[in-house]
Amino acid sequence: MESKPLALKILDTVSILLLGIATYLALVYAPTELVMGDVQRVFYFHIGTAWTALLGFILAAVFSVIYLVTKDLKWDRLQVAAIEVSLIFFLITIVLGSIWARPAWNTWWTWDPRLTTAAITELIYIAYFMLRQGIDDPEKRARFGAVYALVGGLSAPITFFAIRLFRTIHPVVISGSNAAAQGSFHMTPRMLTAFFFALFAFTVIFIDLFWNRIRLGDLQEKVEQLKLKVTI
Amino acid sequence: MVNKTTEMKSMTIERTRASGSFVKAVAAVVWKDLRAEFRSRELFSAMLVFSLLIILIFNFALELDIKARQSVTAGVLWATFAFAGTLGLNRSMAIEKDRGCLDGLLLAPVDRSAIYFGKVISNLAFMLIVEIIVLPIYSVLYTVNLFQPGLLLVVLLGSIGYVSVGTLLAAMSVQTRTRDILLPILLFPVVIPVLLAAVKASSGFLTGAEFADILLPINLLIAYDIIFIAVAFMVFDAVVEE
Repeated sequence: MESKPLALKILDTVSILLLGIATYLALVYAPTELVMGDVQRVFYFHIGTAWTALLGFILAAVFSVIYLVTKDLKWDRLQVAAIEVSLIFFLITIVLGSIWARPAWNTWWTWDPRLTTAAITELIYIAYFMLRQGIDDPEKRARFGAVYALVGGLSAPITFFAIRLFRTIHPVVISGSNAAAQGSFHMTPRMLTAFFFALFAFTVIFIDLFWNRIRLGDLQEKVEQLKLKVTI
Repeated sequence: MVNKTTEMKSMTIERTRASGSFVKAVAAVVWKDLRAEFRSRELFSAMLVFSLLIILIFNFALELDIKARQSVTAGVLWATFAFAGTLGLNRSMAIEKDRGCLDGLLLAPVDRSAIYFGKVISNLAFMLIVEIIVLPIYSVLYTVNLFQPGLLLVVLLGSIGYVSVGTLLAAMSVQTRTRDILLPILLFPVVIPVLLAAVKASSGFLTGAEFADILLPINLLIAYDIIFIAVAFMVFDAVVEE
């Protein structure tokens, strides 16, 4: 068996270091927010994981199209890797958001557009894995997976805009303003440092996990082929 | 010059012939489904009885007194249509798969998308027939007038969106190991925009809201229908290919 490539090993180490630094910046370096207090520190990781998860879902939809055009199973493995990592990151986003919402909105959950869309998106990609599990033929599994990831990837943003017809209370910290939002705040320079560092760190961590997952997919493929050889 | 015009003429003739055969192929699939259904009445009776049972369950679950009825009628109706719809979609695709009918259809020398559109139209027909029967029954049971042209338009647009995605996903789910339980799991999260817009538009018509307020969800329904028919049209080949 081939060993892990050196670049990936280095990236693993860098990811762990970045995670440590991002944690330090979020928990110690960034000043405490006046109104919400320490719970606001959840925000740095909340956005970091949300951004990378969305990136992964968008990548997955792009891989769908490429797979359906080229029919090369390599793109299928990339898609599975992207969706699997994103699914976990998005779950972390939802859980962190919930922890923040309890003191800020006085509830764990509201049926706000972003929260609802996040929950539905999670369900779409869980359904994606259930669909894949029911198919044995790898080529068919890839085709169906690509079709469903494409349909789901198109439907999720439409859901978001559809629910936006109602009012939202989710704060928009980065741009724009919403008079009805509850729990928004302005960032000081130190907060901005922690924020952008968290974005950067999670992007690197995402790439690292993505790469590891692709490598795992390639190895799985090899094992499957070897098994086939043995049975023949 | 003369040659060119005759060439062009023959090309147009060929094109009209091709589009004619496409329509014919679609019509053949629809005709086959409607005829089989007319003889067996399996699907239709199951969907209809199932939707009436769902309304019955909602009646007890939500205690639909006069006050509650006003606010939840649209929701009850669309939940009923969504549940009954999966029953129909599942069955209509499972029949094709079980008796090897799908392979026969795929062997036919027609465009694969003709099969898709044929199935969509026949599924839509079943769903609309069920809806047309459920609406007056609901009207009688709860003394609300559901026969308003606006509401019927919403029902049509919502059903088109639901069936266009549902047919594509049903074609996939019947080819998996867990087929009977998989369709609603695949379908419901992606048709939420349809249900949301349909419920909003329906309750708008039922409460007599201003047309400008209802226009937004109706536009959303139209946009969803167009987007997903186009996507399904493009990817259907990948779903049925062997």
